[in-house]
Amino acid sequence: MNAPNPSGWRPAMGVAAPDGFESPTVSGDRALMLEEPLIFELRQPGTTGVDIDDLGLEPLDALAGFLRAEAPALPGLTEPETVRHYTRLSRQNYAIDLGPFPLGSCTMKHNPRLNEKLARLPGFADVHPLQPQQTVRGALAAINELAVWLIELTGMHGVAMSPKAGAHGELCGLLCIKAAIEARGEDRSVILVPESAHGTNPATAAFAGFSVESIPATADGRVDLAALTAKLGPHVAGVMITNPNTCGLFERDMKAISDAVHAAGGYVYCDGANFNAIVGKVRPGDLGIDAMHINLHKTFSTPHGGGGPGSGPVVLSQALAPFGPLPWTARMADGTVRLIEEEDAATEMPTSFGRMAAFHGQMGMFTRALTYILSHGADGLRQVAEDAVLNANYVLRSLDDVLEAPFGAAGPCMHEALFSDAGLAEGFSTLDIAKGLIDEGFHPMTVYFPLVVHGAMLIEPTETESKAGLDRFIASMRSLASRAKAGDETLKSAPHFAPRRRLDETLAARKPVLTWQG
Amino acid sequence: MRYLPLSLADRAEMLGVIGAGSVDDLFVDVPAAARLPGPVAGLPHHASEMAVERHMTALAAQNLSAGAAPFFLGAGAYRHHVPASVDHLIQRGEFLTAYTPYQPEIAQGTLQVLFEFQTQVARLLGTDVANASMYDGSTACWEAIAMAARITRRKKAVLSGGLHPHYVSTAATMARFTGDVLDTRAPMLDAVPDDAATIAAIDAETSCVVVQYPDILGRIPDLKKIAAAAQAHGALMIAVVTEPVALGLIEAPGKLGADIVVGEGQALGVGLQFGGPYLGLFGCREKYVRQMPGRLCGQTVDATGKRGFVLTLSTREQHIRREKATSNICTNAGLCALAFSIHMTLLGGAGLAQLARVNHARAQQLATRLAAVPGVTVLNRAYFNEFTVILPRDARDVVRELADLRVLGGVSLGRLYPHEAALANGLLVTATELTSPEDIEALGKALEGVLA
Repeated sequence: MNAPNPSGWRPAMGVAAPDGFESPTVSGDRALMLEEPLIFELRQPGTTGVDIDDLGLEPLDALAGFLRAEAPALPGLTEPETVRHYTRLSRQNYAIDLGPFPLGSCTMKHNPRLNEKLARLPGFADVHPLQPQQTVRGALAAINELAVWLIELTGMHGVAMSPKAGAHGELCGLLCIKAAIEARGEDRSVILVPESAHGTNPATAAFAGFSVESIPATADGRVDLAALTAKLGPHVAGVMITNPNTCGLFERDMKAISDAVHAAGGYVYCDGANFNAIVGKVRPGDLGIDAMHINLHKTFSTPHGGGGPGSGPVVLSQALAPFGPLPWTARMADGTVRLIEEEDAATEMPTSFGRMAAFHGQMGMFTRALTYILSHGADGLRQVAEDAVLNANYVLRSLDDVLEAPFGAAGPCMHEALFSDAGLAEGFSTLDIAKGLIDEGFHPMTVYFPLVVHGAMLIEPTETESKAGLDRFIASMRSLASRAKAGDETLKSAPHFAPRRRLDETLAARKPVLTWQG
Repeated sequence: MRYLPLSLADRAEMLGVIGAGSVDDLFVDVPAAARLPGPVAGLPHHASEMAVERHMTALAAQNLSAGAAPFFLGAGAYRHHVPASVDHLIQRGEFLTAYTPYQPEIAQGTLQVLFEFQTQVARLLGTDVANASMYDGSTACWEAIAMAARITRRKKAVLSGGLHPHYVSTAATMARFTGDVLDTRAPMLDAVPDDAATIAAIDAETSCVVVQYPDILGRIPDLKKIAAAAQAHGALMIAVVTEPVALGLIEAPGKLGADIVVGEGQALGVGLQFGGPYLGLFGCREKYVRQMPGRLCGQTVDATGKRGFVLTLSTREQHIRREKATSNICTNAGLCALAFSIHMTLLGGAGLAQLARVNHARAQQLATRLAAVPGVTVLNRAYFNEFTVILPRDARDVVRELADLRVLGGVSLGRLYPHEAALANGLLVTATELTSPEDIEALGKALEGVLA
């Protein structure tokens, strides 16, 4: 029904409009619902959208034998075509800028635009990582200023700035633990991980060469202290605990857990993904934590960018800091900041476990996070945690009469509210509520995680949602819950109004098409 | 506070709905001893946009930015011109403030970009497939070594002397803890890389041989020969590309027998940013796709038959497979992949080839000028846009003296190899399309002065 465009591409559009009105369009577009071909369907290879000053070319004799047989078979689009392509694609994305994005454990808060502006100052953005240190004093000072904030906010001893994301930070912490145990001349190969942990925790432990043993949860959604203590011994290197945990609850026994692990010769790693709930209210260092990564792209508002980049500095206790990675940012006696690299490591940081990535870390994220922190200050950050927790409890208490809240009766939650699929009609599940939320104009919550709750729905509103915004979200959730309880079949085929309906993930995995085959 | 929408009245009303007397009642699970009585002491309080901007601008002003001086640094991070539309488009809120596309019905923008990105990367590297990005080149390199170990069930990796020393260190850190064995060597100051030494190290225990292309000194190894040697021993060849613009001119590693190709994608679209965030590129043969780390985007159809895209083969990944996953990576470099992809879309293969030619020409002009400086010799026989010169004295000192003259003159091998005295006089210099004839002359003159 649709006319092909010049490249032969045509959108395989369904013909039925959401309200049943039959109105196929020739273009395949529907007013502001715009379809967009792939770049490979827009133009053929051999074109370019960039004018390059040549200033005189030289012969290629020196590269004889190395030259590429043919240029990469990739089309080049002119600027107007490029801007339109990506702008049209952008409109098929949901984003925080469009509305609430209550993904539990992901902390999708507003990303201040001042962060973006200041990260682009040439003194930060246009500086090479291997410039002589005398030419990058301000960049090093910025890293150090952020480092001081992170240390003070967590009550820890030192901080490794180079990890590139949360999971990379977990790796950093576990390598510190491994190095510390080696330095004691011991061999401990096991990391204990609660069954409610993020998947990165066990994956990181395995990636670092540890074996993983699981710790069960108690009926009230917390780590089973007795079960954990029973597993401790000379083979246990440490534990990885998320606090607040993935059920949105504070681990009340955290200090007792730390004391028990330390008494058994192990170390305590804390997954800091949920730090937003307690920033400015509680210092992990006061709970006996030895290492904790901080997702700057969660608590400190650097943008998620459709899946990264992240940044995962790791705060370390006095016991672990000497084993941290290179390069290490250190403040000198004269107040200047210096990078300790391989050249000086033997004298200045002899027990460092070494480098875990090229260069010094995610500078572009450091400048954004520092801007955010300076904007809020110590008082504003405390308010962040309070409002995040207030918003989550408001959602919890506004929905717990229509959805089952497994731990709701026991008391307040922290920054995220957890529900299960108990009570939905036969054949209806968490997925249907999630897809229904899409039609309501919201991004779904985290679904089917944590694994300890059946059909989990984990809702993290964050502090940057207004009460009015929450009320609209709550109204939609209440409607969806009653539809799912009543067995409203239209929910099973949601979303109806999104750019795509439910996608066939089985087909994608069975016959993977990972690149354009045209 | 300008980022916090709740008013005092909102908070009171919400506490009423919750049935709590105060917000502190919501923190009841935190032991009293651990609760801070007020804001963390000794830290400043909130600040206006103006005040924060003033502070950060002052810090930025203490740095000598690359654009403010004649600039010749490379060694794994390259300064190229990024078209204005790239930075504009990545700041579209729908891209900037979206999460990982786990809900594909409302993330087709990000997903289609990833599908296009994977295709661009695969065609650039000459591989069958590519993933949706890694953190950076150095971590992608270790992931490739770990992947080769899984495929071959061997634990010894041979690293060529031309591999970036930070990449070697990153791999060495991991290998120390995982029990993998790395066979490494420092580069020799020769006009061509010592491929024979790399080949000689491959044996029946070798899982993979890792070769940077062009190498850390800017030289170009014979990938075909090394790949054949690896294959003869049942080992994989991993090619590492730290300057993807080179692939506009020299042959794609995948076409020369590389089984896995990893790279640093920073040169296209991303910018220098003092070392991060950057962009790990990762491509390989199709038969190894289920051993790949990281996210993959695949094509499918939706319930009405329309083409669409989803994250796929996720049973490799940590959120499904936990301790049995191929990697612990979760967040990758999505926005940097978008920037790379937009820049690549503007260039196209033809534009990239032209850009690469211009880079090579600027480097040749730089080499000619530096060879005319008394006491300076050019090491390389072949190079793309980066090469090594040998100075009459320690290059670390020379780089600092040049910086005092506001010339960012390159990367000393002493910075990269502080414990290799034989390399101390080596200086790595790079020219790109941004290097003007005036810049080249400025470096030549400054070097003449410093070395006089």
